[in-house]
Amino acid sequence: MTSLTQTRPAQLCTFWLDGLFFGVDVAHVQEVLRYQEMTTVPRAPRAVRGLINLRGQIVTAVDLRCRLGLPDRSAELWPMNVIVRSRGEVQSLLVDDIGDVMDTNDYLLEPVPPHLPGAIRDALVGVMSLPGTILLVLDPDRAVDCSTAPEPVGGTP
Amino acid sequence: MDDDAEIIAEFLVESHENLDQLDRDLVELEQQPGSRELLSSVFRTIHTIKGTSGFLAFNRLEELTHAGENLLSRLRDGELQLTEGLAGVLLEMVDVVRALLGLIEQSGTDAGGEVEVDPVVARLRTALSPMVEEASRGTSADVSKPADRDGFETLAGARSSTNGAEASSTNDAVEEQTDRRSAVDSSVRVDIDLLDSLVQQVGELVLTRNQILQKSDNVEDVELLRAAQRLDLVASELQESVMKTRMQPIGQVWAKMPRIVRDLAHQLGREVDLHMEGHETELDRSLLEALRDPLTHLVRNAMDHGIERPGDRAAKGKPAKGVLSLRAFHESGQVVIEIADDGAGIDPARIGEVAVQRGLVSRDQLSRMDAREVIALIFQPGFSTADEVTNVSGRGVGMDVVRTNIERIGGTVDMSSQPGRGTTCRVRIPLTLAIIPALVVEEAGDRYAIPQANLVELVRLEGEELRRSVEVLAGAPVLRLRGHLLPLVSLAEVLGGERGDADEITVVVVASDDLRFGLCVGQVHDTQEIVVKPIGRQLKGMSTYAGATIMGDGKVSLILDIGGIAQTEAVASVVEQAVETRHTSADETALLVLEVSGGRRAALPLHEVARLEEFSAEIIERTGSTEVVQYRDGILPLVRLADAIGLPSPARPEVPLSVVVHEDGGRMVGIVIDKVLDVVETELALSDVGRRQGVLGSAVVQDRVTDLVDLDAVVRLAGAAV
Repeated sequence: MTSLTQTRPAQLCTFWLDGLFFGVDVAHVQEVLRYQEMTTVPRAPRAVRGLINLRGQIVTAVDLRCRLGLPDRSAELWPMNVIVRSRGEVQSLLVDDIGDVMDTNDYLLEPVPPHLPGAIRDALVGVMSLPGTILLVLDPDRAVDCSTAPEPVGGTP
Repeated sequence: MDDDAEIIAEFLVESHENLDQLDRDLVELEQQPGSRELLSSVFRTIHTIKGTSGFLAFNRLEELTHAGENLLSRLRDGELQLTEGLAGVLLEMVDVVRALLGLIEQSGTDAGGEVEVDPVVARLRTALSPMVEEASRGTSADVSKPADRDGFETLAGARSSTNGAEASSTNDAVEEQTDRRSAVDSSVRVDIDLLDSLVQQVGELVLTRNQILQKSDNVEDVELLRAAQRLDLVASELQESVMKTRMQPIGQVWAKMPRIVRDLAHQLGREVDLHMEGHETELDRSLLEALRDPLTHLVRNAMDHGIERPGDRAAKGKPAKGVLSLRAFHESGQVVIEIADDGAGIDPARIGEVAVQRGLVSRDQLSRMDAREVIALIFQPGFSTADEVTNVSGRGVGMDVVRTNIERIGGTVDMSSQPGRGTTCRVRIPLTLAIIPALVVEEAGDRYAIPQANLVELVRLEGEELRRSVEVLAGAPVLRLRGHLLPLVSLAEVLGGERGDADEITVVVVASDDLRFGLCVGQVHDTQEIVVKPIGRQLKGMSTYAGATIMGDGKVSLILDIGGIAQTEAVASVVEQAVETRHTSADETALLVLEVSGGRRAALPLHEVARLEEFSAEIIERTGSTEVVQYRDGILPLVRLADAIGLPSPARPEVPLSVVVHEDGGRMVGIVIDKVLDVVETELALSDVGRRQGVLGSAVVQDRVTDLVDLDAVVRLAGAAV
């Protein structure tokens, strides 16, 4: 438990993905952007949706839905970009919608429930039980790692 | 000698700066004698000068700085406290060092002159020794104090004398001074990070310029147009200048080669003449830095494995003295560095043997490799032929690291060798990694950049010419280009799409190392300067892309890695075969291996094959009992190979017919087969087994028993029928 409380981020940038509520430490977040035009990368891992020109810097956009094994977003829903810094690189997490920046000092970071799907569990630091909802706290480094992204789940042909 | 002069000039510039810093540090140190940080900095400075002067054989300078270093290390480690007296000795040392540097600048040596070194060295030592005793004995100050005072007095006297010495030596050189110093004064040292950020910003500027140029094309405003053109010009010049600031001559890396070679020659008992050519060849400093170790390693290798001992050389009738030559030059936007020796060369048989022993390849794999591939095995991790491990080479970490390091900076390394005659290692590296010219092509609506360095030519084929020049060998399309076979790779397929059937194709002929192939692309745009940007780590493993760039309109485009594509598309093997055909040895035959009669193998000599065609079953007509097709304004008789060589011929009317067209004295015959399997180069060991009508015999080709078709007999069959 002690190690968990030590790594607990004070402020989280929150967002939604397929009805789930996620958060990532604001210290890792550079900015949040609307939908950006992307260049697709043929033959790249499926979760890599494309490359974005962010003021001259080339940013890899990782579709978190795909990375976490959630169903694909419907075509009319344009993803938003949460730009994070991860191991010296700038990367974009594609999410459904952006929430507020939350002060989470009053909440306890709890271990990830073991029966969550592996793809999600693997990318989480822990969960926080908020009134009315549960916040899943992401590890940005693992979230952008596409080597473990699952194959498309059933229901999305 | 030039090299030495260059090193010395560099050493002087560096040392003068260091000394200025040292003065400041020492003075500051007197204010705050306890500062460990300042002491460490002073120590490092003196240590650096000592190291370099030792390397350049400036013995007096070395002796002096060595004594100073000893004192400083005591101070740094807190074993001594800095007193005014000690600071004085140290400052005096700095003065003498400066005087010695002045002497070196004028005469190229630190010997002679009027600079006195010994008194200061002595004082540095005496300043040290009583303190050491004090520290080790831990006795009272009575012992050390007189010595201390003593030291201080002599110091004061000597100080004026050295000052005098310095003054006189400066006086002598007063007229020359301005000239000599120009090396120091006309250059400024700039922080590398600053240069890097400059390059980045210029990159941005170039992109913005491209954007503006694109937009200003459709603008009537003359003023704006003129401004855009000026911007274009200025940006280009700025870019060039900034890139130049990062360019350094390769001589900087080579400068230490004579010394390394001399030492190694001594150590290994070799006699070597070192020739160096192309010092002035410039390349980006980050690349230069990265080249340092691989080049040193290659030179060591050439000395250890290449050049033989004088006795062995004499026995082979070569001059006892070996020649090691380093050559650097620019070639098509790349820097080529050759390291050549006239030593024993590489014996492919031995390499193969060792590779098998070390389990790098199986004997079977080895048997299928050509000499070039075998030599390339030395770049495998864990490879070493050295029987004993010396401290020069033979630890089995080496060539693979050399290759990795060179490939990391976008370069390639390649070995060629003639046993008994010598070995040449050729390293190719890009001039710079930051901004490169590239050809922009389009495929499926996206643009891709192909580095100009990989570009050979553009070929456009349509209609009849397309059909005549492109053939499909075993599913792999090849282009006949001026008598050579060029493998064709479809960019659409490389990118995971489908190869479209078009009536015209655009082929970008590209080369990577010695591999050439044609890349069929949808559309060719123009050539432009692109700024290479790194791509995220998720994509680093993909061999298809070398990076990404931002186009004039702000969109991101991927840069194709031609070498990587060649590898993933396995063009490599095809090309080597194609290359091989040109100089096939007498005992090797090129065979077209076919499948007939649902799974049986047969082979035809490749040189008897005019072309390969496919006919749909509907167009087959008959004259008498012979099947024919209309072909090139004539009639092509068909022979079913299965029938001709006495194998069952399953009727498959729905499948288009694969036909090998054989041409003999203007008469053509189409031989119907199931499909083409491969083209192989092999030594034919024909066995009588299986000999029958239409079959000369059988041979083992690619580990499978294969019938060798008696083409004459088959043709006669067709002839008889016609």
